[in-house]
Amino acid sequence: MKYAFYPGCSLESSASEYRISTEAIASALDIELVEIPNWICCGSTPAHMSHELLSLTLPAYNLVLAMNVGTEGVAVSCASCYNRLKQANHAMQDPIKRGKVAEALGEIYDGTVPVKHMLEIVSEIGAKRNLKDLVRVDLSDIKVAPYYGCLLVRPPDVTNFDDPEDPQIMDRLVEVLGAQVVKYNFKVECCGAALAFPQVEIVKKLSGQILLDAKESGADIVIVACPLCHSNLDLRQRDIEKYLGIDLEIPVLYFTQLMGLAFGLSPRELGLEKHLISPDSVLKRIGIKV
Amino acid sequence: MVHNKISSPSFLEEVEAESGEKVRICYQCGKCSAGCPVGYAMDLLPNQVMRLVQLGLKDEVLSCATIWLCASCETCATRCPREIEIVKVMDVLRRRSSAEGYPSAVREVPIFVNSFIGNLKRFGRLYEAAFVGTYNILSGHLTKDFDKVPAMLSKHKLSLLPPRIKGISRIREIIKRVEEIEKK
Repeated sequence: MKYAFYPGCSLESSASEYRISTEAIASALDIELVEIPNWICCGSTPAHMSHELLSLTLPAYNLVLAMNVGTEGVAVSCASCYNRLKQANHAMQDPIKRGKVAEALGEIYDGTVPVKHMLEIVSEIGAKRNLKDLVRVDLSDIKVAPYYGCLLVRPPDVTNFDDPEDPQIMDRLVEVLGAQVVKYNFKVECCGAALAFPQVEIVKKLSGQILLDAKESGADIVIVACPLCHSNLDLRQRDIEKYLGIDLEIPVLYFTQLMGLAFGLSPRELGLEKHLISPDSVLKRIGIKV
Repeated sequence: MVHNKISSPSFLEEVEAESGEKVRICYQCGKCSAGCPVGYAMDLLPNQVMRLVQLGLKDEVLSCATIWLCASCETCATRCPREIEIVKVMDVLRRRSSAEGYPSAVREVPIFVNSFIGNLKRFGRLYEAAFVGTYNILSGHLTKDFDKVPAMLSKHKLSLLPPRIKGISRIREIIKRVEEIEKK
């Protein structure tokens, strides 16, 4: 199985562990990820806020590049990139927008390159073969709160990802990996996203609600599928603790890191040392020396 | 309450044409506002923004804080029984507010947006270190997130070197063409 891989800007720096762990589990699942050569930024939220045509042209540029890689479609790790690439595909159904993008690019893009998030690719593989066969480490003591956030599930007519109010794709994955799924209320609530720069107080409140609800529902860890969610929930967790006046100390892992742990990969191979909130206490409980 | 405010009759039509969304069919059920995670911090709730657009109260809408506080989380659009893509409407209002020179009620947000866009135009990919530096200088929040830097550097989560990609001149040409088409 071969995909054109669109890592996105965050995976190049602040979310480097997401890239490491994505490549590690891809290798374990025989998914060949061929990085799109010279891909560019998708424009993320700032592009659609300020320039509609730019917000469509940047993803379209990348999707045209992906066609040259010649694969089953594009694999994306970041929820925001995923959303913008799918938004562009969706918008290309409108002939006026398609025409404007073609004028900017100097070539026609028809919006037909399939875009899949890594969670969807993993889920499709799980439907064909039993991922339990790959599990080497017993995670049954670990309680996991899957956090989906916004941009994977919304707007549903564009992403067509899963139930937008109560998605199950990560919940099912946690079960297959042998860990316990925590039911909680904030799995699709917004973390505050890019407001982390201009309005960090809002992010502390919103991300604080998510972490607190996960914690009070019994979670040992939260898992995510988006670098920006991770940054808000992990990198800002100490600020959130001060804001709430309580200790949270809840490790936030990428879903790929939890998969890798279950498959018996070492914490180093998954970049687990890169989190601000150390997952060491959880690792010890599953018998991993830290 | 609105009798002493100036209505711009074409405003509703302009917003609808630019967003492709039928703002006029909003029947004020308030579901968007009930689910909005940032509603607590807004001066106008999302349904109130929709109502003011319907009424053509352009100045009130384009100078409100709400259009800048909206996180584009899409909860409102997902739940709207009239299937209005409210984020697309917010995008149009943000762009109009900037283009027509309304002072932003939340000054940091357009600075954030412009720093990001300027960075990606120059480098093709986001050069995070330079972007954060630019934002901090322009916003006046000079030391914002400096406490995160040592840990990010030691964990190799902050690249100090700019991204390098082939074909950056073609990318800049495309972005230039985008700007020319947008001006038309």
